[in-house]
Amino acid sequence: MKKEEVPQDGNNMHEGKFRQLFYATDNAGQYVPVTSVGWEPENVAMTQAWEEIHAKVEAARQRVLAGEASPVLYYMEKTIMDLPLLASYVGKFQWQVKRHMKPAVFNKLSDNMLHKYAAAFKISIKELKEVK
Amino acid sequence: MGEVLEVMNDIQFNHEQTAHCESGVISNIFRHYGLHISEPMAFGIGAGIFFAHLPFVKVNGVPGTTYRVVPGAIFKRVCKRLGVKIESQTFSNVEKGMQELDRILETGTPVGMLSSVYYLPYFPASYRFHFNAHNLVAYGKSGENYRISDPIMETVTEIDPKSLAEARFAKGFPAPKGKLYYAVDVPKEISLQEPIRQGINQACHDMLKIPLPMFGVSGIRYLAKRLKQYPEKVGERKAVLYLGNIIRMQEEIGTGGAGFRFMYAAFLQEAAGILQREELSVLSGELTKVGDIWRNFAFNAGRVCKSRAVNNVSYAELSEMLMQCAAEEELLFRKLSKVKI
Repeated sequence: MKKEEVPQDGNNMHEGKFRQLFYATDNAGQYVPVTSVGWEPENVAMTQAWEEIHAKVEAARQRVLAGEASPVLYYMEKTIMDLPLLASYVGKFQWQVKRHMKPAVFNKLSDNMLHKYAAAFKISIKELKEVK
Repeated sequence: MGEVLEVMNDIQFNHEQTAHCESGVISNIFRHYGLHISEPMAFGIGAGIFFAHLPFVKVNGVPGTTYRVVPGAIFKRVCKRLGVKIESQTFSNVEKGMQELDRILETGTPVGMLSSVYYLPYFPASYRFHFNAHNLVAYGKSGENYRISDPIMETVTEIDPKSLAEARFAKGFPAPKGKLYYAVDVPKEISLQEPIRQGINQACHDMLKIPLPMFGVSGIRYLAKRLKQYPEKVGERKAVLYLGNIIRMQEEIGTGGAGFRFMYAAFLQEAAGILQREELSVLSGELTKVGDIWRNFAFNAGRVCKSRAVNNVSYAELSEMLMQCAAEEELLFRKLSKVKI
């Protein structure tokens, strides 16, 4: 890749604040570091990854509103966690966290357990209980 | 008086932006002690270049692909090969981990740390996934906050203690466990010949000789074969996600472009100059061309992702491009392994 070919396909994802470094060759074929605001294929892949996350969050939100799942599912998706990661944050087994995703079980959780979930999601207990 | 204290606490740290966090931290910390090793040189000596496709190791349901060796390996190898003594510690207790950081900083020593990018507030929001093996350097404090030299950022920055603690003690795999490290003995004069030779030998071995289909050049072919069948095996939606992940691993921050291939080419070029070996310079030029094929692959893969059309032909074409990358890299590393250093 020549210096002039280093892509500068900016998009609004980095809010113009971030430039990453590439290695490219100058006219004499010498490698030099060049900064780039982004490249179209990477932007596409990144946008797609976030769309997937947003879709999962929205699906979880609908399930919570329909009474099929507890807010634990919604906030897990929202904080881009998966079951093993969330389980290790709250110090429980995966099957226990899975149980807590049932509204009936969630409603009976102790304050201590709710506190752990709220801390893992970095929200208040009040926010944890209500999904809008 | 207050001013004097502040100056005593604040060591000068010469921050330089790099492409990849691990080779970047190595280069930045060593420079602090007067040892000038460029990022590509650190990457080459540490034999950072690699390829692996692990369909069984899924991240958010997507098979893992990597273009470099496992986190931590470059650092370990470079220190060993250059004779740099590093002290490193992990902690089971957050407070102890933060106290120890403060103690070392007070001695005027820059401290490298492992962190999760999810908890770094200065990081671009779109990159903040739960990735736990990001390296950064703290080089002092400004009141409560820590002064940070994050190698992939353009300038130095600051972070509040709470966020830093969360980042250092993130859960998940691999858990950083507050890992910190600092140099205790850095030689001023070194010969690069032997470290370069060892680095090249290891890279050639890793790319050509691991007797499993998922690693090195065989790994590229392995991915090529699987990619061809994505649309029929996992369906259109997932195929696009899988493809997107391959692009991200290849081009997202840290790779220096084309999944580290350009960074390694820069290393070969620098090594050619240091050792006066023209062959290495020629191989650097050849690897640059391979890097361009990788980029062409990413470019076309990006178009497939964008169109989201079920088109088996396009997947077959992408697979063909990967086969070409594999063939070219096999040739290149075979030649490289024959260069006598």
